Amino acid sequence: MTSNVSRWALLSLMLLLVPLGAWADWGALNMPQGVTEISNEVYTLHMRIFYICCAIGAAVFGVMIYSMFVHRKSKGVKPATFHESTTVEIVWTVVPLIILIVMAIPAARVLIKMEDFSDSEMSIKVTGYQWRWHYEYMDSGVSFFSQLEPTHNQARQMGSDIDLQSTFVPEAGNYQGEGEIYLKEVDNELVVPVGKKIRFLHTAADVIHSWWVPDLAVKKDAIPGFINENWALIEEPGIYRGKCAELCGRDHGFMPVVVRAVSQEEYDSWIAEKQSAMASVTEQSERQWAHQELVSVGEKVYQANCMSCHQAEGQGIPGMFPAIAGSEVATGSIDLHVDTVMNGIEGSMMSKFSDVLSDADIAAVITYQRNAFGNSTGDTLQPAHIKSLRDGLDISAPASVAALPDMNTTTGVN
Amino acid sequence: MSSNDVTHHAPDDHAHHDHDEHGPAPGLMRWVTTTNHKDIGTLYLWFSLIMFFIGGAMALVIRAELFQPGIQIVDPMFFNSMTTLHAIVMIFGVVMPAFVGLANWMIPMMIGAPDMALPRLNNWSFWIMPFAFLIMLSTLFMDSGGPAGGWTLYPPLVLQMGDSFAFVIFAIHFMGISSVMGSINIVATIFNMRPPGMTFMKMPMFVWTWLITAYLLIATIPVFAGAVTMLLTDRYFGTSFFSAAGGGDPVMFQHIFWFFGHPEVYILILPAFGIVSSIIPTFARKELFGYDSMVYATASIAFLSFIVWAHHMFTTGMPLAGELFFMFSTMMISVPTGVKVFNWVATMWRGAMTFETPMLFAIGFVIMFTVGGLSGLMLAITPADIQYHDTYFVVAHFHYVLVPGAIYSLMAATYYWLPKWTGNMYDEKLGKMHFWISTIFVNVLFFPMHFVGLAGMPRRIPDYSLQFADWNMIATIGAFGFGFSQLMFVYIIVKCVRGGEKATGEVWEGARGLEWTVPSPAPYHTFETAPVIEPSTVTR
Repeated sequence: MTSNVSRWALLSLMLLLVPLGAWADWGALNMPQGVTEISNEVYTLHMRIFYICCAIGAAVFGVMIYSMFVHRKSKGVKPATFHESTTVEIVWTVVPLIILIVMAIPAARVLIKMEDFSDSEMSIKVTGYQWRWHYEYMDSGVSFFSQLEPTHNQARQMGSDIDLQSTFVPEAGNYQGEGEIYLKEVDNELVVPVGKKIRFLHTAADVIHSWWVPDLAVKKDAIPGFINENWALIEEPGIYRGKCAELCGRDHGFMPVVVRAVSQEEYDSWIAEKQSAMASVTEQSERQWAHQELVSVGEKVYQANCMSCHQAEGQGIPGMFPAIAGSEVATGSIDLHVDTVMNGIEGSMMSKFSDVLSDADIAAVITYQRNAFGNSTGDTLQPAHIKSLRDGLDISAPASVAALPDMNTTTGVN
Repeated sequence: MSSNDVTHHAPDDHAHHDHDEHGPAPGLMRWVTTTNHKDIGTLYLWFSLIMFFIGGAMALVIRAELFQPGIQIVDPMFFNSMTTLHAIVMIFGVVMPAFVGLANWMIPMMIGAPDMALPRLNNWSFWIMPFAFLIMLSTLFMDSGGPAGGWTLYPPLVLQMGDSFAFVIFAIHFMGISSVMGSINIVATIFNMRPPGMTFMKMPMFVWTWLITAYLLIATIPVFAGAVTMLLTDRYFGTSFFSAAGGGDPVMFQHIFWFFGHPEVYILILPAFGIVSSIIPTFARKELFGYDSMVYATASIAFLSFIVWAHHMFTTGMPLAGELFFMFSTMMISVPTGVKVFNWVATMWRGAMTFETPMLFAIGFVIMFTVGGLSGLMLAITPADIQYHDTYFVVAHFHYVLVPGAIYSLMAATYYWLPKWTGNMYDEKLGKMHFWISTIFVNVLFFPMHFVGLAGMPRRIPDYSLQFADWNMIATIGAFGFGFSQLMFVYIIVKCVRGGEKATGEVWEGARGLEWTVPSPAPYHTFETAPVIEPSTVTR
């Protein structure tokens, strides 16, 4: 009776493997081979150790399964009495040791190569923020923030009615391949030239993040107060997508990395474009803005930076994230509001947005918050005010995230 | 004069007790005040079974949210609390207490001792646990929510938590105190309570593995306590141990944490090795192959576990020399672990096996633990680890060693010793069904995680790209199947406690060791007179 249970169960365990085997494209189940010399070597190491493990597994499980079928009491066998053998023990200590040495040598070789940062041709400083990346091209002075693209950001909110299939999969029903981009798209891509050894410098502004691009086989922790090095030499032009790999709080799952590798000429013209765009950010913070203009830019800034915690209607999450609708900060003294947004609240998840947003963005989002969600202060805050505060504190403004819509559209295309 | 009186009277008292049928105290207070190793073992085991369902429910919240891409059920912050508390509950509330419960029940009976060496300490080390977990779980109902920075508690993230943080640290301290007291008790028992003739090399493997585990606990829990205390002072008292702005280093926390955390991994698996080393010989009707090498392998694993911690930190920017050292030392661990697996296989070889439920779970353990061990070997290869690190491949790896590993060993142990504890046989047919259903679902649950991890899905995320959708859906189906099939386990245990075919003292045909020489159920007090152990007596 009981052996029927076992037989039935074994059969269903095997049947289970049939559809799994026929399931899908096996290529999507493995580590990507990537587009750098290092990533290819890592892939080779991975496959080699995988095959070794398969061989060891097959040998051990083969002996076990044979034994289970042959050496069973129901077959009438008498148990043997042997229970030790020094020779055998030595053999199965030494043989694995040899396998390990064979594996350790190439692994060490690749590792030494990965840690060789010398002769890099350009440097990019990558700073992790909750929850966006900041890229700074050390050689050309271009710098900008990069965060989850707004449509994706809307789609991933709880209760969102955006259909993931039809919005993010060009050929619906085909999950695999380049087409699918849900949560893998950013507003500003990191553009780099092919064929150059790029040194990445990783750090963070708040908590530990980890910058990971599988196709480049680079993953390095971004640690506040410390700088880590890393490098990549990309051989093929293309778009390479990655993620933050270290738990960094509420929106850890929503800070993708997109690297676009292009030819040197394309890269040069992109840099020139970026540089002129950055110059106009300064103009934006000096000119006088209309109230309605601030509100409409502010709404975009809110959706990109504030909404995931303070929620779409500014209602917050009780106990965790305070409401903006009707709050003392957003309806009381404007100075407190400016201080909260610019300097954050220490020891909480409210970050210091003076690091992240331009003068125009800060002025716009504050104006928006004071005139939305039922708040009706009628206040208008000019970017110039933020600029003067910042000048007084001697901190320079970062490049705009939302106040310059044209910058987003030129780099956000696929 | 008075001291003479005492020495004179003591033997009389003792003799009196021996003749008395000294059973448990009546009523519920029995469980509160008990100092009996069997009662305390039972308390630990029930506690961990309850926590198993609490931690399991949290896992199901995680898997339910991951059933489909998009966020449908919980806020990402609560999701993070679930992953954090799931780990803390399963590690500190399920696997560790269950092993301590088994140690309480079995170590005195296996070595022929009347009780644990320090019975009152024993009572205390249990009763701290439920309160520690009440405090820990109560944070979920506080304004600032449960811990959401991962069970690894990395600063600065963990320092962003609201004031429920202080409760978390307090609870961790109490869990630690409980573990250290339990370990001291186990070491004291094994060293002092063995009857004449019970030499170290006559001890069952379960006793050996627990002796070594207890040392790991005593060595590492205080380190962990120190690390979380530094977090507490960083948060509330203005120190900067882990803040670069004040001259500290967040990575230092990771070093201290994993100096505890890696031996902790072996704390969760060494007693399982001991259990399996008891069960396989019984059902193969053949002595454990290579007992001596098993002891040495266990000791080697324990030693190596102290010098591999930074393999959890290959992406933190360690110097090359450090990365090479930790890669080589980590690879070394597979040698003694391999010896253990080979010894189990050699024990089965040319035995006369039967496949009762404990044996099924033990074999399931060996096979699936080996799967987890092999992916562990892959993770040791540092360049590849940089790709695997913090992905679902790692999640698959440690769940293979902990669920069909540590948890299966606990189930095997429960079925194996349940007749000894209750005097009744459990329902064999249901037990086998429990094994097979669990084994099917546990693989449906964890095997696909290898694929999504290699393909690039990070761990600890509440939402994922559409390319991972199919395998996550399958894993969730596996999770619910596995979770609900554990209700069978409870049913089988309850049914067995309430009655069933009477068990003999020996219970299993091939059983060896002193615990099988006492009647079933084991009397409230066993080995009040030390058993006579000759060199020829079979004790393991």
